[in-house]
Amino acid sequence: MGEVGAAIKAYILEEFLPGEDASELTDTTPLKSTGILDSIATLSVVSFLEERFKIQIEPHELDGDTFESVANIEQLVSSKL
Amino acid sequence: MGASLLECLSNPANREDDRTAVEDLATGRRVTYGELRALSDRLRDRLAHLGVGRGDRIGFCLEKSVDSIASIFGIMKCGAAYVPTDATAPMSRSATIFEDCRVSALIVDSARSEKLAAELAKLGHEPPLLALEPTDEGLPLEQCLAALDADDPAPAAETVDCVADDLAYILYTSGSTGKPKGVILTHENGKSYVDWCTEVFEPTPEDRFSSHAPLHFDLSILDVYVPLQSGGTLVLISEALGKDPIRLAPLIAEHRLTCWYSTPSILGLLAQYGKLDQLDLSALRIINFAGEVFPVKHLRALHELLPEPRYFNLYGPTETNVCTFFEIPSEIPPDRTEPFPIGEVCSHCECIVIDENGERVAPGDEGELCVAGAPVTQGYWNLPERTAAAFYRDPDGRSWYRTGDLVIEDETGDYIFQGRRDRMIKKRGYRIELGEIEACLYQQPDIEEAAVVATTDEGNVQVTAFLTLVGDQKPGIIALKSFCSERIPAYMIPDRFVIRDRLPRTSTDKVDYQSLVTSLASA
Repeated sequence: MGEVGAAIKAYILEEFLPGEDASELTDTTPLKSTGILDSIATLSVVSFLEERFKIQIEPHELDGDTFESVANIEQLVSSKL
Repeated sequence: MGASLLECLSNPANREDDRTAVEDLATGRRVTYGELRALSDRLRDRLAHLGVGRGDRIGFCLEKSVDSIASIFGIMKCGAAYVPTDATAPMSRSATIFEDCRVSALIVDSARSEKLAAELAKLGHEPPLLALEPTDEGLPLEQCLAALDADDPAPAAETVDCVADDLAYILYTSGSTGKPKGVILTHENGKSYVDWCTEVFEPTPEDRFSSHAPLHFDLSILDVYVPLQSGGTLVLISEALGKDPIRLAPLIAEHRLTCWYSTPSILGLLAQYGKLDQLDLSALRIINFAGEVFPVKHLRALHELLPEPRYFNLYGPTETNVCTFFEIPSEIPPDRTEPFPIGEVCSHCECIVIDENGERVAPGDEGELCVAGAPVTQGYWNLPERTAAAFYRDPDGRSWYRTGDLVIEDETGDYIFQGRRDRMIKKRGYRIELGEIEACLYQQPDIEEAAVVATTDEGNVQVTAFLTLVGDQKPGIIALKSFCSERIPAYMIPDRFVIRDRLPRTSTDKVDYQSLVTSLASA
């Protein structure tokens, strides 16, 4: 896991999993189906990524499994850097 | 106008068969009035062939679609009531609901049918199931009915002449004991509200109404029936699209929606993320919102982006449909921070405000809002005690539904919402009994005690679960969220979990919720 993944993890832990042991959030932990990221939380992750990495995330990129795991989000971000 | 919701589809205003009745933004599917009438007739014939008749209940668990609208009318045409459930919630919850009201048949997307059938079998209830397969051509419901007809043709049946007191639909809401409770609504309950909307919003055949709310949510009653009764078009916004303001906003412009109705949460998100200033939203003439308080800060932001439409705050629990309304003034003072009133009582019902002893309070004093009249439910499905407790009987013997909402009547006759008298909250328009979340957490083996509280931060509702544990095994937060996601809908899952050695108690040894709320504020 590189710097991008670590930043995504840190953000999700701080905002949506306060108090959780950092090791519990793995690259493949399901985020949407477990209720960790709901639709509004997803939007705030998008805002965070756009600001932090100076990238633009397109509406269609919110579809499907893109935000289902840290690994998937990292892949999306890395493809834009 | 008569008292049956079926009249919305047989109204002379939409006699022209080739006008578009329903359009689905997600799939691009559309049906004309003629097609909608024909498809609902075919479903009526099939259900009647299965023995369904007046007073029966038929469930459906479908993504919002042309099929689900046709299902509503097909079910009512054979005299039955429709029971929609949340297709995104755990199937065990839908099964509990369908078993509770003993549905005679079910319409379900094929992707969910196996799981739902298995959950129902566990409960010992196995009604016939119409599974809709995805298809690239035509409509899944049409194909399902055609396949059934090929084996065993359903003869044409008569549309039942529904009367005012016939049950039209049951909407299940969160129940404090952990089990959802079904609000039963008759044709008169629904139709009186639809007629009131028609009077106030003056829909025309040119109107294009958004259907944003899911069908198990009471906001859908306006969406589905008001445009159809007037010959307008109902534009379906799927659940996924509806939560995605970035994609949704351009579609509102592109599809020239004229009347919008949703919770304030999504309107706030549209203002924040929708880039509305770059869109042509000139067709939009009415923006209705309901389901929760709209923080003035967010309402003002929206109003500045879209000053032209008329804005209405509609208020009412599922049990009464909408019973009060308030039109937002065309100028929102820059220094205003307090939310707008829930407004004056609608012309099709009556309201009173009572104190804890059942005495009427004077204007200016706080009390509980109670509602009577045509749109008010007769109670909850199969819960006579809950029903009795939900109504206040006045000295003249008249029954009034107790909303549980505390209000003050101001000098102009508008009601101002003050808060709740119980542990029910609204989050993004959804009604949540905090007790239902606790009941879910108590099923987790590591948890000894659970106390759930809600707090509000700049209009955002945060749900926090305080827990004590049976042993030293500390469940992770991801594990807890995951546990909840298998049992309750996503909007009910607590935002935060706090583990304590013990929960604070009041002098009568009850959980001291107030001190838990205070501990969050000071944290």
